[in-house]
Amino acid sequence: MSADLLELRNIRVAYGRAQVLRGISLTMAAGSIVTVIGANGAGKTTLLNAIMGVIPVSGTILYDGMPMPASIEARVAAGLSLVPERRELFATMSVEDNIELGGFLRPAAERLVTRQMLYERFPRLAERRKQLAGTLSGGERQMLALARALMSRPRLLLLDEPSLGLAPRIVIDILEIVSELRKTGVSILLVEQNARAALEIADHGYLVELGEIRRSGPASQLSHDPALMESYLGLMPQ
Amino acid sequence: MDATIATFLIQDGLTSGAIYALLGLALVLVFSVTRVIFIPQGEFVAYGALTLAVLDGGRMPATASLLVCFGLFSFLVDLWAMRREMTGARALRSAMIDLVLPAAIYIAALLLIPLGLPSLAKALLTIVIIAPMGLYVYRVAYRPLADASVLVLLIASVGVHLAMMGLGLAFFGAEGLRARPLSTGNYALGPLLVTAQSLWIYAATIAIIVGLYLFFEKTLPGKALRATAVNRLGARLIGVPTQFTGVTAFVLAATIGAVSGVLIGPITTIYYDTGFLIGLKGFVAAIIGGLSSFPITAIAAIGVGIIESFTSFFFSSYKEIIVFGLIIPVLIWLSLGVGQHEEE
Amino acid sequence: MTDNLRKAFPGLLAILFLAVVPLLSVPPFWITLLNNIGLASLVAIGLVLLTGVGGLTSFGQAAFCGFGAYTTAVLTTAYGFSPWITLPLSLLIGALLALPLGLITVRLSGHFLPLGTIAWGLALYYLFGQIELIGRFDGISGIPPLEFAGYRFLSGKSIYYVIWFFVIATALGARNLLDSRIGRGIRALRGGGQAAEAFGVDIVRAKLTVFVLAGIVAALSGWLYAHMQRSVNPTPFGLNMGIEYLLMAVVGGAGQIWGAIFGAGIVLLLKEILQRYLPELIGSAANFEMIVFGVLLVAILQISRDGLWPLVRKLSPERPDRQIAAPAGSLPRRAMPADGTSLLRIDQARKEFGGLVAVSNVSFEVKSGQIVGLIGPNGAGKSTTFNLITGMLPLTSGSIFYAGEKLSGMSPRRIARHGIARTFQHAKILPTMSVLENVALGAHLRGNAGVFRSFLHLERQEEATLLREAAHQLERVGLAAHLHRPAGDLALGQIRILEIARALCLDPTVLLLDEPAAGLRHAEKQELCLLLKKLKQEGVSVLLVEHDMGFVMGLVDHLVVLDFGTLIAEGRPAEVRQNPAVIAAYLGGVAA
Repeated sequence: MSADLLELRNIRVAYGRAQVLRGISLTMAAGSIVTVIGANGAGKTTLLNAIMGVIPVSGTILYDGMPMPASIEARVAAGLSLVPERRELFATMSVEDNIELGGFLRPAAERLVTRQMLYERFPRLAERRKQLAGTLSGGERQMLALARALMSRPRLLLLDEPSLGLAPRIVIDILEIVSELRKTGVSILLVEQNARAALEIADHGYLVELGEIRRSGPASQLSHDPALMESYLGLMPQ
Repeated sequence: MDATIATFLIQDGLTSGAIYALLGLALVLVFSVTRVIFIPQGEFVAYGALTLAVLDGGRMPATASLLVCFGLFSFLVDLWAMRREMTGARALRSAMIDLVLPAAIYIAALLLIPLGLPSLAKALLTIVIIAPMGLYVYRVAYRPLADASVLVLLIASVGVHLAMMGLGLAFFGAEGLRARPLSTGNYALGPLLVTAQSLWIYAATIAIIVGLYLFFEKTLPGKALRATAVNRLGARLIGVPTQFTGVTAFVLAATIGAVSGVLIGPITTIYYDTGFLIGLKGFVAAIIGGLSSFPITAIAAIGVGIIESFTSFFFSSYKEIIVFGLIIPVLIWLSLGVGQHEEE
Repeated sequence: MTDNLRKAFPGLLAILFLAVVPLLSVPPFWITLLNNIGLASLVAIGLVLLTGVGGLTSFGQAAFCGFGAYTTAVLTTAYGFSPWITLPLSLLIGALLALPLGLITVRLSGHFLPLGTIAWGLALYYLFGQIELIGRFDGISGIPPLEFAGYRFLSGKSIYYVIWFFVIATALGARNLLDSRIGRGIRALRGGGQAAEAFGVDIVRAKLTVFVLAGIVAALSGWLYAHMQRSVNPTPFGLNMGIEYLLMAVVGGAGQIWGAIFGAGIVLLLKEILQRYLPELIGSAANFEMIVFGVLLVAILQISRDGLWPLVRKLSPERPDRQIAAPAGSLPRRAMPADGTSLLRIDQARKEFGGLVAVSNVSFEVKSGQIVGLIGPNGAGKSTTFNLITGMLPLTSGSIFYAGEKLSGMSPRRIARHGIARTFQHAKILPTMSVLENVALGAHLRGNAGVFRSFLHLERQEEATLLREAAHQLERVGLAAHLHRPAGDLALGQIRILEIARALCLDPTVLLLDEPAAGLRHAEKQELCLLLKKLKQEGVSVLLVEHDMGFVMGLVDHLVVLDFGTLIAEGRPAEVRQNPAVIAAYLGGVAA
């Protein structure tokens, strides 16, 4: 019995004949932040969708040492929560409704408490609680997506490119919130293109290239690995 | 045309418009949540009206047996779907929903009918018989197609419509039936003579609209349904099961259909295939509402009712042509709005 | 020759069977049934073109039968026309009425289109029942039978041959049409038509073409029906029949010409059996086949969304690959612009989606004979820029020029005529169509055969040169081994290469490639690199979006870097990759 919260063994995903993930194996300890980095098209988003159950996979996913339940709703109930790359907010509904719906599987009394807590953490959302989600700015949307995901009181939060399309100032805010979340006991699997910033807050990192893990190691070590620069900017010796 | 005729026509249009509004709302509800264009909506209306008429005669309506058949069929489909991972709990759950529920309703009807129920109780019994059919129709016909395109779902809807209309014919025969009004009597309202039945229609329509509003705005399941309509993936990610939203939408639609049937049954003779035409009028309204807007659909439905009532007075033979021809310019207008934001 | 014979064998067998049936002493209702199957097959063939191939679902085809039937009924009974003269007139009326209905219908998008056909299908039915000239709901009776050289086609057996002659002729013509340049354009409608439009297919016209064709075929069925039945009334032209025709197309498998006849056969046979035996079983005369049809329709969709014909096809022997005839001549080529002149100029291009600025006043240039790389992180606006250049999206402001001529505001297909060809980030191919035919779509603008010549296959010379060109381009990109496989069988990387071959078929001066190397293995990337360099030598200019920096750096002459829709750097690759703004955009400058 290991202390690993999540363990992937040889995960493969194919769209038709196209292999997007070619046998990914990784482990993540409870209470840690693990980041998966890599250039566009490496398969990072697919990996998160596979863990959440949005797409079918072959291979084994263990959660808390047990096989992962099948349906998305069972995974949410077991403590998984995904903030997707495109946020997937309910644009024509109010901020408050969006947040409340995040707790769809939780009892009403608990929802009230969690919501209050989230409003304290994200005062901007409290100010805009009656506004429609579609009218928020990019940074506010990301916060709302995060708040909605936290409403289900996750044990494992999957974050897909939280900095995508956001101005640098807001990226700092978001990543600060992420590292604070860990202190409350939430484990975080962070997919980021902003590799330097991600490695800064993570404990452990995986560099993914063409659907395979190319490097892994402690975050501090990985950020100085030449493979990183190479993977992103193609500084291969020609 | 004098004022009396005009007010009469308006009142007539309002009455049928209210029914179309109910159907239009149900269609918008089902489409926005499940992407199903629910052509068989009208069949629930016919089933409702015919059931009420048979209950008026103190006999057992065929729809009660039909419900049992639907449940049995659904149970078989459930078993087949579960064949690989059957568990006692799941089988029991299916049996409760598919077998026990319809059987209980059937027995209740069997016991209650000889007592000579008051009209309101008969109306309620009708609704209780029809509403669960929505669940079974969803389970059997649409759930296996949950990931299909809107077009495939539409063609499937035509299939369901044919089957349900055929069953209507098999169980009720080709004869038309007319139910007794919920309450008789007229009220003079200035120059207007308002029948009690039309008051029932207005009241029920308003009550259902208010009820739907409260459900969608104030309750978590209602919000989850709206959320599914707005962003399917987003709703799945917060743990809303597709099955839950589908079942809820279809049961609501069947309920609304049954209520419409109970309301319209006493004011016109209903045949097994009348429901389709009534449902299509609701469609005109729902389409004008872009299959997404509840308020526009409701207003459009009243408009359709009034246009229909005036055209049937002035050029009665062209009534259907005008009402259905009306959709086409609306569709063109709606299509101009789409098309821009294709996938990127 | 033996190959051809084997290919034609099942068809010949079927024709022989059809020819012999009436000569055997079969009960007359069999003949009647086969006649009805033939009539329905015609409508279903039209629906296969319209719905199965073109992707336009119509519930209203029965109305077109009505147009054909009523035209001949009125002209023969009230004006004494001969049925043979009313044949072209019936088809003409069918076509003339299909045109305005089609103009309305093809503009409807998504699910509004089938709903629209339900609406006019119903309205027309009620209209048939109201017009005095055509006898309102009573209809017209006393229509004369067909007559040829004094012989009157009175019996079911005699008109049987007429009906099936038309069915087979129509099916062959429809098959010819699909197997042609025009047909490829029609088949490309299903995938949304974006790829087709990028290669010069006029989408609205292609849709209208199939709509009118389906209308004409249905009118033909109506004309035959009128002379077989010798009386008409609105009932067979209502929505229920329209639904039944669609059911036949779905049962058959909505993409298959022969499936239409198969579907019509199955449905009508089933209907016959149900009408015959169900009442005995249940003891009532009502038409219960409705229930069975409804359940069947849903069940078929649940079991096999492509209908039953593909299942039948699996039983028949494998078909030999088609041969590509040696071309009579080669296709003319475009003159390449002189090296180093300004070819494509993007000037202050701006695109906003709602309030979001996707591309913000970007200017850059592609000189002829250059390979230019367009790079930037996710969401930087690269694909949007491509769509602006090719006219897939309108500019919010700014302009785009090709060799001094303003492109902005033109439709994608007019831009394609200038020799601008592209590939797509999310490959847009037709998975069931062969690799060869997918690529031949790229040569659409290099042929000119129309519907009529295609229907009769009078354009084989031209078709052969187009296919030869497609095969040639496929050889060039290294896919020669896969010509006849369905394109959907290829790996993702190969599909991207297929798209390049398709773009080359346009004989382009500028090639826009959206992530061509994604999904390719190292060796394949090397080959692609060589190919692009060779194209450059031939004078083709290339603008490419790519994420594999190793690939880009070694290939391009010039790099343009976008971030948040803004141009943040441009220049020679070696310079650009030292640029701090570029490094920050890619690796993130926040924590650095």
